[in-house]
Amino acid sequence: MEFAELIKTPRVDSVVLHRPFLPTVEGTLCLTGHHLILSSRQDNTEELWLLHSNIDAIDKRFVGSLGTIIVKCKDLRIIQLDIPGMEECLNIASSIEALSTLDSLSLMYPFFYRPMFEVIEDGWNLFSPAEAFKDLESMTDEWRLSEINKDFAVCPSYPSLVTVPKDIDDDTLCKAAAFRHGGRFPVLSYYHKKNGMVMMRAGQPLTGTNGRRCKEDEKLINATLRPGKRGYIIDTRTIAVAQQAKARGGGFEQEANYPQWRRIHKAIERSNILQESLIKLVEACNDQSNSMDRWLSKLEASNWQSHVKEILTTACLAAQCIDREGASVLVHGTEGTDSTLQVTSLAQIILEPVCRTIRGFQALVEREWLQAGHPFQQRCAQSAYSNGKPRSEAPVFLLFLDCVWQILRQFPCSFEFNEHFLVTLFEHAYASQFGTFLGNSAAERVKLKLSRKTVSLWSWVNRPQELERFVNPLYEPNSLVIWPSVAPQSLLLWEGVFLRWNRSTKCLDEAYEEMVHIIEYNKELQNKVNSLSRQLAQLETEDSPLQSP
Amino acid sequence: CVHCRSLITVEYVKLLDRYTSKKAVTGTLYLTATHLIYVEQANNNRKETWVLHHHISAIEKLPLTASGCPLLIHCKTFQLLHLLLPREREAQEVHQSLLRLSQPVKVEELYAFLYNPKQSDAERLDGWSLIDIVTDFNRMGLPNELWDISHINSEYELCSTYPSVLGLPKSASVATVTGSAKFRSRGRLPALSYYHKDTKAAICRCSQPLSGLSSRCIEDEQMLQAISEANPNSYKLAWDTLSDIKLNAMANRAAGKGYENEGNYSNIRFQFQGIENIHVMRSSLQKLLELCAQKSPSMSDYLTGLENSGWLRHIKAVMDAGVFLAKAVGDEGASVLVHCSDGWDRTAQVCSLACILLDPYYRTIKGLMVLIEKEWISFGHKFSHRCGLLEGDPKEVSPVFTQFVECVWQLSEQFPCAFQFNERYLLTIHDHVYACQYGNFIGNCQKERQDMRLRERTFSLWPFLLQCQDEFRNPLYKRSTHNSLLRPSTLPLHFKFWCGMYNRYDKGMQPKQSVLDTLLTLTLKQTQEERTMTELQRVSCILFLLFFLFFCICFHL
Repeated sequence: MEFAELIKTPRVDSVVLHRPFLPTVEGTLCLTGHHLILSSRQDNTEELWLLHSNIDAIDKRFVGSLGTIIVKCKDLRIIQLDIPGMEECLNIASSIEALSTLDSLSLMYPFFYRPMFEVIEDGWNLFSPAEAFKDLESMTDEWRLSEINKDFAVCPSYPSLVTVPKDIDDDTLCKAAAFRHGGRFPVLSYYHKKNGMVMMRAGQPLTGTNGRRCKEDEKLINATLRPGKRGYIIDTRTIAVAQQAKARGGGFEQEANYPQWRRIHKAIERSNILQESLIKLVEACNDQSNSMDRWLSKLEASNWQSHVKEILTTACLAAQCIDREGASVLVHGTEGTDSTLQVTSLAQIILEPVCRTIRGFQALVEREWLQAGHPFQQRCAQSAYSNGKPRSEAPVFLLFLDCVWQILRQFPCSFEFNEHFLVTLFEHAYASQFGTFLGNSAAERVKLKLSRKTVSLWSWVNRPQELERFVNPLYEPNSLVIWPSVAPQSLLLWEGVFLRWNRSTKCLDEAYEEMVHIIEYNKELQNKVNSLSRQLAQLETEDSPLQSP
Repeated sequence: CVHCRSLITVEYVKLLDRYTSKKAVTGTLYLTATHLIYVEQANNNRKETWVLHHHISAIEKLPLTASGCPLLIHCKTFQLLHLLLPREREAQEVHQSLLRLSQPVKVEELYAFLYNPKQSDAERLDGWSLIDIVTDFNRMGLPNELWDISHINSEYELCSTYPSVLGLPKSASVATVTGSAKFRSRGRLPALSYYHKDTKAAICRCSQPLSGLSSRCIEDEQMLQAISEANPNSYKLAWDTLSDIKLNAMANRAAGKGYENEGNYSNIRFQFQGIENIHVMRSSLQKLLELCAQKSPSMSDYLTGLENSGWLRHIKAVMDAGVFLAKAVGDEGASVLVHCSDGWDRTAQVCSLACILLDPYYRTIKGLMVLIEKEWISFGHKFSHRCGLLEGDPKEVSPVFTQFVECVWQLSEQFPCAFQFNERYLLTIHDHVYACQYGNFIGNCQKERQDMRLRERTFSLWPFLLQCQDEFRNPLYKRSTHNSLLRPSTLPLHFKFWCGMYNRYDKGMQPKQSVLDTLLTLTLKQTQEERTMTELQRVSCILFLLFFLFFCICFHL
């Protein structure tokens, strides 16, 4: 097997492990093809299992013959391994480096992982476009499911089935696809049951410098408008950036060609800037300096919170157009695979109560991220500790989760899931034993035969034993649209991710457990009271002979 | 009643909301002797906004606009009212009246002297004796073989700004005590703030010594010696909260004040902490509030503004000092002497914070009352001056107490189960300090309060807070797991902006659903259901018994 060549020293004794806020452990370090394992010699309870794919970067240093490897993980944790012997240390370090940067997808852990649990409900079959269309059909007959992308030929980043206006034939779709970046012609993202308005998403129109137009594209999006109604095009880029895109063949919809549409430009940053922002933020969080000014200025300079605010603001705008203005919306940026998806998915969280349930949120991630062609493989290849030249890494999905957390914090009783669920999704997007986030598009996932060869994250999450940990005890279904505040004072740093390893969670865990306890106890009490009153009522009727004579 | 009558009534007034762009409805503005009341009547929906005159910190009359004459009212509770009056003349009148009403000149004009909750004199007196310092000394284990409860200051002759009852080392003679008082600024001699039963270490507080460049005071040295000897762990640590370490202290010393000359005191370690003075704090809060009032700042403006205000830096400095103090006492068993200049601002903050960290009692609803009574009210924190309760020198005003309240809130964020009370309790106490509805915070020291006969003429706040303690409860409170020293992290990233305080009237910014309220409702329901349960069980027992008797009778028949 290929892994063996990479592992020069599979085992080292007397390795000391340091982790934040946990006692140090001495034990034996083992390297396997996919894991770094440390087990203590005293008892086997204290163990570390770390996926190589979770390792973002390593540093090594030596004091005499004692080597130290600092392992920086994609989940932002930093651990330290003290390894006696220079050679062993160097070997371990080079193996880790090689194993954590394997290029071949088929060597990834999900292809080797065998679940220790029985898969009752296969997550791979839960959320197909056909399934989603059934729901839509029950509400409206104005849409159809097109098989035009069956072989992923028209648009390589779309799923094989897409929802389009009923009156638009496949031929028109083909022509519209040729006019949109990456072949991403406008498709349905969300149907607002309350007023029949819709949200669509696409890639940028390829107008170029000479203002090319495409009648079919115009016809396609106009088909979603009610007679006499106007729609909104939300371009996630500033007008300046959109102008510049023309030089590279891209562009935006000209008013003259889309008279029924009002275009609004927002300023969500491109992926490379987001990555830089994440690196700066995490650097600031790991700074042990005691200076308040330094912390606040670094937090500001990272711009992370600004990105959160901008994304949420844009999502609120989209939701507002639909719910308050009663207008349909088309969202796009450049490729339509990053900022576009942040906006369309968050707008749905705001508008649609189903998206705030655990199942509904899974469906949303599946629909608006995985099948919509967010390139997870590329974006999550590295996290905040990557020091090389960034390729296409970017915390686009993490920012989305951060925004969801902000809404959850403002509406703590309106979500069926808790913060832990969001953190778990963040972890699995970057490193996982499950195949869900492998690949960049539906087409790639089909090619990799993921549904046959790997286990779906949802198969695991939806087991009752696991689900329990993700349920928000405060949840009360709320059928309303929820409008979050985007004032800077209302948006906090997501401590659950960014300060997770910089603090002891003991007190916060205790508080959470206490809250669960109060709620559980209350339910129990309620049940007891109910059953006792029932018993009593029964007793009273049986008792009637006593009163009757 | 007299003080409910409206002095001025203005109709067609608009109350603008800086967040909703909805067209403002018109209402009526009333000024009574005590409150500004704005009543809005829209489709059978009567909405009233009440603002106590004492809560108003500033009134701005903005230039006339086409839609009316705007008045901006800033409150000490961080509320900001934007009123639009139809006519200039009325605006002028309201402005003038509010200026007068919000800045009473004589103490008798304060709300507390009007307020009557319909209690008998006996109830009133009971209320005042609810919180008692001697009881707290007893709780700490005083008097004991090392410490005494002294009445040497019962007539406020030794120190006019101290309480009448002092905790002093048993070995200190009257001569030592009086000599030491003479050597300290305003006679604020070293006295016990907190005695830690477990380690037998003590926190003492005082003002800075009046030591000229060469002078020394044998009695003061004896006094510190006595405090030192009252700690069986042998060594003592003296400690100072001056801001600009030695330079400032040297300057003060040249002026006849300063800090202890190390050479003259044995067994003493000096530690300087950088907490800034009241003027810096005042302008810091001013900057913070300007930031809070900005209409829609960008994230970058906000974070830069937060940094430039320095507010969180000051909060952290107070917290750092409190943690240092608590660790010295709790971990090292060292006694500590704390002073800044006069020993009634920073000293009060740091000592009370250390008490909260050290002793779980002060983390309870009643315990916090005791702590505030002890470290703030009785040790002469100048509430009247610092809160600007009466017309006076604006340079005396400073948010010293607000900072303490915020430090407690920051702690409760890190330790959600360690406090018996919730955020609402802190906000309520904070607002009452400025409201002057009760007599507790009127005046600058106990002697002044006694001279004003506040106990006969006003009511105490504490019993009223205890009456509604249900809403101040922290449902997550777990006394058992937090029974020792709290060790908060003081890394900068663990301090948060307190939106629930400084932006609390901007409802749009607050979480739309409250976990606290949900849990409070549940715990309330729980109590009811537990009662129902007992009742049901009782009834079913009786029924069973009746049943049993019935069958017995049947059987015998």
